[in-house]
Amino acid sequence: MNNQSCIPIKKEWDIVGARQYGRDIAKNLGFGSVDQARIATAISELARNIYLYAQKGKICFDIVEGVNKKGIKIVAIDEGPGIEEISKVMEDGYTTSGGLGAGLPGIKRLMDDFDIISEVGKGTEITVVKWLR
Amino acid sequence: MEKYKELMKQYMLTENEEALYKAEQFSKQLLQKDVSPDEIVQIHIESLKSLYPELPKEMKRSLDFLLETMIAYGIVHQEARDLREKQLELKSEIEVAANMQDTLLNTVIPDVEVLDIGVLSVAAKQMNGDYHHFIKDSSGNVGVGIADVIGKGIPAALCMSMIKYALDSFSDERFSPNSILELLNRVVERNVEAGMFITMFYGVYDIHSHEFTYSSAGHEPGFFYKAKSKQFEEIDARGIVLGVQNNVSYINYSKSLEVGDTVLLLTDGVTECRQGDRFIERQEVVDVVQKYIHLPAQHIVENVYRYFERLQDFDLRDDFTLIILRRER
Repeated sequence: MNNQSCIPIKKEWDIVGARQYGRDIAKNLGFGSVDQARIATAISELARNIYLYAQKGKICFDIVEGVNKKGIKIVAIDEGPGIEEISKVMEDGYTTSGGLGAGLPGIKRLMDDFDIISEVGKGTEITVVKWLR
Repeated sequence: MEKYKELMKQYMLTENEEALYKAEQFSKQLLQKDVSPDEIVQIHIESLKSLYPELPKEMKRSLDFLLETMIAYGIVHQEARDLREKQLELKSEIEVAANMQDTLLNTVIPDVEVLDIGVLSVAAKQMNGDYHHFIKDSSGNVGVGIADVIGKGIPAALCMSMIKYALDSFSDERFSPNSILELLNRVVERNVEAGMFITMFYGVYDIHSHEFTYSSAGHEPGFFYKAKSKQFEEIDARGIVLGVQNNVSYINYSKSLEVGDTVLLLTDGVTECRQGDRFIERQEVVDVVQKYIHLPAQHIVENVYRYFERLQDFDLRDDFTLIILRRER
């Protein structure tokens, strides 16, 4: 965990910073340009969710090692309102912001692993991993 | 990737139509393999860089920019594919349900010497919201019920199953039509949410006296056909639709039938057939039936259906049920 570092998300501008930071890690790990772009897009979505719904939160980055594989792990943590029905927001086409944006299912598609923990009134923590093939 | 590069190289050198044709074929293969748009852009970029390592940096950057822009399209592509799969799943599930409904709601036309009975019920969508039911009581009299849920499709079909179970739970002893409707009204009123209504007509044909006793819960009126005068008259019966209020009383009416006289029962899928934007007139139904009245009952309903199916360009807008009972002797 010594590689972990976090970028706080408060302003829209922070989203760009988080993208840049994540892309650099992905690039150094050896991800190709499509995967870099996908990872950056996933970070955007995660950070936008924080910016739009929780106002305050952070995106943390980590390099993970599995058996014979390496990957980038991104954790989005916020202290927002939380999500009541997770299975519903994971459905395709569900959105509360009236469209635009891939939403959680989109993030799941961009990445390899996806996990979400949310408590109403406390906040949400989304963990995603992309493995280097 | 190699294939794309090769095709592109061929085109760059010759600029001929053949390479473009091959590219078209290749794109179909990519579609079959579910390659998403952003991946194709990626393949293009890689191929280009490998064919022309000396590309100006502005060109390279612009391509990376394009790739970034295409990522969202890739997500949508995947989403569309997943939704397509889900839709197929749903479709086959509904098919199973429709088959199940056919089995559940199956009713046998009673075999009685004095009556010639024909019936046809066709669903507009996969599941039928019309219901009909025949029963022969212990004295050999024939009970016939026809019902229509306001609405169609799956909700209507689910609702119809309830009518069937309720009817099955009544004993085979002879009930009068109005008390059957009163019992059903109670079942529907208790179990169906406000805003969903069922119209129903129930009749009992006495095989000895040839009296047809009937009662209606707001159902589309059928017709009596008098063989002697060759005239149709509307079946007059009043009653509130099922499920609106508790403790409703229905009225019994009765009609004496001579040999050849015919009872025609239907749902609004018959009378609300449409030709273009024009609803057909009830008179038109009568006219069509008149045309085939000399045929056996089953042939009449089939011919009438075929007529209206064609009139509507083979695309039913509502469930269609038509029943014909004719006194034979």
